Amino acid sequence: MLTRLGPPLAILLLTGPILAGLAGTLLPAFGYLPALGGDVVSLEPFRQLVAEPGIMRSALLSLGTGLAATAISVLVVALFLAGWTGTKTFARVQHLISPLLSLPHAAAAFGLAFLIAPSGMIARLVSPGLTGWEQPPDLLIVNDPMGLSLVAGLAVKEIPFLFLVALAALQQASPAPRAALVASLGYGRVAGFLFSTWPAIYRQIRLAVFAVLAFSTSVVDVAAILGPTSPAPLGVRIVGWMADPDLSMRFKASAGALLQLAVTALALLIWTVVERVTADIRDRLCEQGWRARRDGALRYGGLGAMSLSGLVVMAGLATLGIWSVAGLWQFPDALPKEWTLSTWMKVLPRVGGPLATTLIVAAIATAIAVWVTILCLMREDRTGRAAGRGALAIVYLPLIVPQAAFLFGLQLLFLLAGFNASLPALVLAHLVFVMPYVFLSLSDPWRAYDRRYDAVAAGLGKGRLRTLLSVRLPILMRPILVAAAVGFAVSIGQYLPTLLVAGGRLPTITTEAVALASGGNRRVIGVYAFLQMLLPVIGFAIATLVPALLWRRFRALRY
Amino acid sequence: MSLLALSGAARAADPDPSDWAKVLAEAKGETVYWNAWGGAENINAYIEWAGDEVEKRYGVKLVHVKLDDTAKAVGTVVAEKAAGRSEGGAVDLIWINGENFASMKREGLLMSPGWAEELPNWRYVDIDNKPTIRTDFTIPVEGLESPWGMAKLVFFHDSARTDAATMPKSADGLLEWAKAHPGRFTYPQPPDFVGSSFLKQVLAEKIADKALLQKPVDEANFAEVTKPLFDYLDALNPLLWRSGKAFPQNYPAMKQLLADYEVDIIFAFNPSEASSAVASGELPDTVRSFTFPRGTLANTHFVAIPFNANAKAGALVLADFLISPEAQARKQDPTVWGDPTVLAVDKLPDEAKAAFAALDLGVATLKPEELGPALDEPHPSWMERIETEWKRRYGAAN
Repeated sequence: MLTRLGPPLAILLLTGPILAGLAGTLLPAFGYLPALGGDVVSLEPFRQLVAEPGIMRSALLSLGTGLAATAISVLVVALFLAGWTGTKTFARVQHLISPLLSLPHAAAAFGLAFLIAPSGMIARLVSPGLTGWEQPPDLLIVNDPMGLSLVAGLAVKEIPFLFLVALAALQQASPAPRAALVASLGYGRVAGFLFSTWPAIYRQIRLAVFAVLAFSTSVVDVAAILGPTSPAPLGVRIVGWMADPDLSMRFKASAGALLQLAVTALALLIWTVVERVTADIRDRLCEQGWRARRDGALRYGGLGAMSLSGLVVMAGLATLGIWSVAGLWQFPDALPKEWTLSTWMKVLPRVGGPLATTLIVAAIATAIAVWVTILCLMREDRTGRAAGRGALAIVYLPLIVPQAAFLFGLQLLFLLAGFNASLPALVLAHLVFVMPYVFLSLSDPWRAYDRRYDAVAAGLGKGRLRTLLSVRLPILMRPILVAAAVGFAVSIGQYLPTLLVAGGRLPTITTEAVALASGGNRRVIGVYAFLQMLLPVIGFAIATLVPALLWRRFRALRY
Repeated sequence: MSLLALSGAARAADPDPSDWAKVLAEAKGETVYWNAWGGAENINAYIEWAGDEVEKRYGVKLVHVKLDDTAKAVGTVVAEKAAGRSEGGAVDLIWINGENFASMKREGLLMSPGWAEELPNWRYVDIDNKPTIRTDFTIPVEGLESPWGMAKLVFFHDSARTDAATMPKSADGLLEWAKAHPGRFTYPQPPDFVGSSFLKQVLAEKIADKALLQKPVDEANFAEVTKPLFDYLDALNPLLWRSGKAFPQNYPAMKQLLADYEVDIIFAFNPSEASSAVASGELPDTVRSFTFPRGTLANTHFVAIPFNANAKAGALVLADFLISPEAQARKQDPTVWGDPTVLAVDKLPDEAKAAFAALDLGVATLKPEELGPALDEPHPSWMERIETEWKRRYGAAN
């Protein structure tokens, strides 16, 4: 009965806010927003947008950096999987990379900036001893015009995401027998994997790749920290116009949000062409019998790139950690002259309120998302139909439509409903982004559940509900908790939705962190980035510990 | 029409600051959502102190809504007006001045009529010597916002690394210095407030007829009268940090550049920024201030109440507390914040005078008499227009 509600509820939660928000963006983009004196439909906002200096460059930057970051991430993940699946190194790297998924983008970006800037940690470690630099060299590394730092910053965060999504697909693609087969035909490890197993994996992670591409072309926080400044990538400029004291800029911003939508769509289009071309190249290589038996360079290249991406983020975070307890720390000192806990002492007393909001919103949004997801999956069991491609596309919709394109409209609609700055509105806005991740994390383990347990329970005379509560949910406890931890982490990382929907009245750790980041104080940023990192880690720890404690007497349920 | 009627009705019920006892009674138990920039830990701590005090004294609860850009609060009020919410708004008080004020005043987004000059502590405000208290960027304030602090453009350098005697004494001197030291100076990227202020400082020094700046921009002669400014910037741009291909995004980022030894000269809109950065361990204690003897820009920052604020009485009580001698003296203490007072210290009761006299302004802060003459802020239209021109020339074509 109740399960029937699942799918429509999910569709409503995922598409409702997006469609409504898009409508709320579309009208001002064509000049219609009576409160600001826009009461005729016109193309004027687009004329203003086109007249904006460097707008083409901003759009191309977003397009180029987004495509480059996605291509690098996919390539690194593919090469690493190809070279190392099934090895001990693979397991080790997996443990190194997995925790990075829960790290908010902004924290990783700050860490990278503190590491690679001319006055950053790397330069400090080698100066003046090795370089003779008494003052930092005047080199444009962070904020470079080509957006190379931005690409690097995006790639180090997207690699863990794609890697973990690919891991789930890998298990279903049964790589071992395929590897044995292609090896017996004389293929090298990398070539064999790319020809036999990768296509099956890629088919499954394709929407995740699209999500990465959409995110990378429209990102605001990472682009503001690492991207070029004159001109900035499109997303940053749109948010800037939205915040401009000249209120008529809002029309231009809405038009810009539509341009952002077009840029993201174009990136997706280009990507599908790239997909086809690379598939052709692969087929051609395969037909020519390219076996690449000596692929050591490729394998170690994949391993190196994968480990480097993890190490860079961790080194960046360590640098942030040092800044949070640093007194005066001038170039070229490798470590601070003085150490002090004063930043922590000053910040911690003010953390309570935002921390409570963060936890409450994350907990409610996660609980609803898990509940709706389970309803959907149970409905799937009942009808015997696995969710098709269309359903999956709906799940991915919030991750593919650029946030700026619908959040401003959504804010306006919440206001019209007198709903703004309330906890329910904030939970709803977070749900839009939490739902997809929970669904994606939980659906595969749920579908992999062995239904014969249900049959046994039914044979013992247990009713449906009883079977669910005492057999299926306990068996699936760990994946459910992991999905909840993922949802929790996603909710904690939300910036733009929290800022807009909560109207600043319900500050969270993340909105506080970005507000303080505008002050550029590395010490305070260090403290907040640490807290941002800590919360998801606690979530994942609970997800691991609770089942272990609950089922300590049930050997088969231990993982 | 219905919108107008609604806001008219709301206005009729607004608290009247001339009946202060009634305001205090009404304010008791209210929660004031104060939207203020939240980017500096010392300022946040000061606001928290103010919140504790008004709660203790008047039963008014304060929530600091921390912004990374004041315009976001303006945006909230706009969105509320768009949605027809003419009372019970989310913003009760905004830390504001200049362009944001001009824009809110123009769009009718502020509580009116003027209330600031009716506040009990208004009698101490220095309206005789600080003209920017009644004219915010040439726009008449008309009591629509209450002063909170004073700002003046002041430069800083590290005396351990650069010699005070070699520091420039004017915009022209700065250009000469940059030629001798390429890559060692920069300014925050307009439209950042401090960055745009640097442009206005150069404009004020280079423009032939200074009286033009007190009037709105005249498009007909804009190119001609701003030619000296843009000739100057054309010459300066390639000499900047990173050859002008990237800019820091705000003052604190520039402060970090000085700490990292990436640049040699920075500036701020608060004479004691350097002292408070020294106190918090962000800058070495060898940092010193200097200013241009022929004058730098000066202005006042304010707090304002939106037309649809939910806790207007509470906001009035808070605004009044912020200009109390006690709150102003604490604010001017560089170990707390170091923001110069809006009060006329000689008008104060003896005890309060003594509190100001006892302040140690810090080694890196110039004394009031060393700050040099104050240049008036140009009309807000200049800021907007030169920002656009700056963006066209230097912000879009690297």
